[in-house]
Amino acid sequence: MTEDKNYLEMDLLRFTTAGSVDDGKSTLVGRLFYDTKSIFEDQLEAIERSSKQHGDENVNLALLTDGLRAEREQGITIDVAYRYFATPKRKFIIADTPGHIQYTRNMVTGASTANLALILVDARKGVIEQTKRHAFIADLLGIKHVAVCINKMDLVDYEQSPYEQILKDFGDFASRLDHVTELTFVPISALKGDNVVERSENMPWYKGPSLLYHLETVYVGSDANHVDARFPVQWVIRPHSDEHHDFRGFAGRVAGGVFKPGDEVTVLPSGFSTRIKKILMADKELEEAYNPLSVTITLEDEIDVSRGDMLVKPNNQPNVDQNLDAMLCWFSSSKKLVAGTKYLLRHTSKDVQAIVTEVLYKVDVNTLRKSEDDRELGMNDIGRVTLRVSQPLFFDTYRRNRNTGSFILADAFTNETLAAGMMR
Amino acid sequence: MRTYNVTHLNQLESESIYVLRETAAQFERPCLLFSGGKDSIVMAHLAAKAFAPAKAPFNFLHVDTGHNFPETIEFRDRFVKKLGVQLVVGSVQDSIERGTAQEETGPDASRNGLQSVTLLESIEREGFDACLGGGRRDEEKARAKERFFSHRDAFGQWDPKNQRPELWNLFNGRMGPGENFRIFPLSNWTEMDIWQYARLEEIDLPSLYFAHEREVFERNGSLLAVSEFVVPRDGENPSKETVRFRTIGDATCTGAVRSKASSLDEVIQEVAASRVTERGSRSDDRRSEAAMEDRKKQGYF
Repeated sequence: MTEDKNYLEMDLLRFTTAGSVDDGKSTLVGRLFYDTKSIFEDQLEAIERSSKQHGDENVNLALLTDGLRAEREQGITIDVAYRYFATPKRKFIIADTPGHIQYTRNMVTGASTANLALILVDARKGVIEQTKRHAFIADLLGIKHVAVCINKMDLVDYEQSPYEQILKDFGDFASRLDHVTELTFVPISALKGDNVVERSENMPWYKGPSLLYHLETVYVGSDANHVDARFPVQWVIRPHSDEHHDFRGFAGRVAGGVFKPGDEVTVLPSGFSTRIKKILMADKELEEAYNPLSVTITLEDEIDVSRGDMLVKPNNQPNVDQNLDAMLCWFSSSKKLVAGTKYLLRHTSKDVQAIVTEVLYKVDVNTLRKSEDDRELGMNDIGRVTLRVSQPLFFDTYRRNRNTGSFILADAFTNETLAAGMMR
Repeated sequence: MRTYNVTHLNQLESESIYVLRETAAQFERPCLLFSGGKDSIVMAHLAAKAFAPAKAPFNFLHVDTGHNFPETIEFRDRFVKKLGVQLVVGSVQDSIERGTAQEETGPDASRNGLQSVTLLESIEREGFDACLGGGRRDEEKARAKERFFSHRDAFGQWDPKNQRPELWNLFNGRMGPGENFRIFPLSNWTEMDIWQYARLEEIDLPSLYFAHEREVFERNGSLLAVSEFVVPRDGENPSKETVRFRTIGDATCTGAVRSKASSLDEVIQEVAASRVTERGSRSDDRRSEAAMEDRKKQGYF
């Protein structure tokens, strides 16, 4: 019976895949599902039926992920699809995103919650513009682990030289990626299954692990910030019952660092300090709390704390500023960025008004060149901007902390989400 | 070096609790859609944890097709009483009597689609601005692209091509008058996660989920239970079998599976070995390839 209880120890890996149909991305995802027994018979039957209807000769594994009517009709992936599979070691969440340039915003969305980016390269084509774009976006979104799958090795007779060439080309370019700390290359054939789940006998020159083994074992436990204690207050718990009359708990998800009962904390923006009395998860008292745990914190002294406030340590405080410098990725198809317009900005649990004061430059996501001549940001554009907000924000650079370094902009009239930002 | 590992169930739990708290904070009058099925039970359990020792600040809304297994209603009433929350029931039967919904006719008639009408009427009557649903992305392909915070226009419609991008854990719940949100705290859970979490937290589930003897017969590949709503036709031969349910919905479209699994541990083992999804036993999803997408566009959960 002990083996059955494995799940109580299992952890989670979130990864993003980007690529076009030609890269074999869907085939790879399908292969991972199939070989880990994550496709069920009724799903397989449904896509078999559907493949026949669409006139496909082979079972089209892309139909597993492309679920919307318009996607099936047009044979394209419109949106980020979230997919799930598990092995006895780990549960996986895949954010499967389309790779075309017009879908930059989807890649950004998928990458925002991922620990690892899986980038597919066609062994015959080598490193192309799209490869660089995917790597750039993964890096921009702070992904530390990148696995480059050199696919279609069967079509280059499992030779080592195309693989070596891609390693070299990608390596030259990867030195410009700031966040990525671990880069892994795996030669595979998604179609034939080489090095996907089992190590392939067709490539004895390759000494590394199979892709699945890598995904199962890559260590992401230290990716989150465990240094700078940050607790954005989400909700104040005040029971209206006699039993808990005096209870005041501050509910939230730890955004960084480690909190323990007895720790001295400072409340921002008031600046008052006190100590942590208890850290609670429902009726259980915890010895410590760190990202990404949701907990409730009670304090020794009664001080005024509300949603949007942040608990930090007195000797380690975030930036507190009304002027921001950030990379912005524009999402809206209907509106372009207009400097001077009032937008709504959400950062941690805080809502403020914001004005973009200046666009400093725009980044060409294919060449990674910065352009100061073209500063217009429309859908799928990425640029560096300065902003001024109506109240000071408590933030860290995105590079230091994804949770306290990220924000979104929304339209004040339509409420639409317009853009995503990363503090510099 | 100190390591900070968090198990997958803890991560999912923390994420869902975060979403539940965010819902309470961003909306004036959110409700929790409670069907008495395992997903809504787990969601309610998480809601209780998220706000403890206070009560969850949500009304519970049950959209009742009138075609329930009696066990579901018994369980619902007991559960709601234990949590001390307010239960609002929206009745499909009432909608039909008022003439706002029309009963399907034909051999496979079901009230499943009519739930959308009653749900939208209940939302309007009660003034709910957000409904928490137990939907999971692994359930069905149209759900794979659903957001945590899913915007609905004034007609309750879902526009899959115009969803708000959702990054990090920053949720945009802003909306115009008459609009509302469907919120899915369990988006990232799989069926297996639900069972494992129920086991870990020792969550009480309706007896229907565990092996029991019941009069069943086969129709269109599903094993349906004989009840006052589902009567076998000529040529359909009911027999007593040991079965359980993997999902609990409207009795007319929820199929049973033959099973001897009588505890959560056994259910977990059985689900791990299963080669068919839980929705494989639901005839409402098999009507067409885009059945779920179409229902969602009309305001379904």
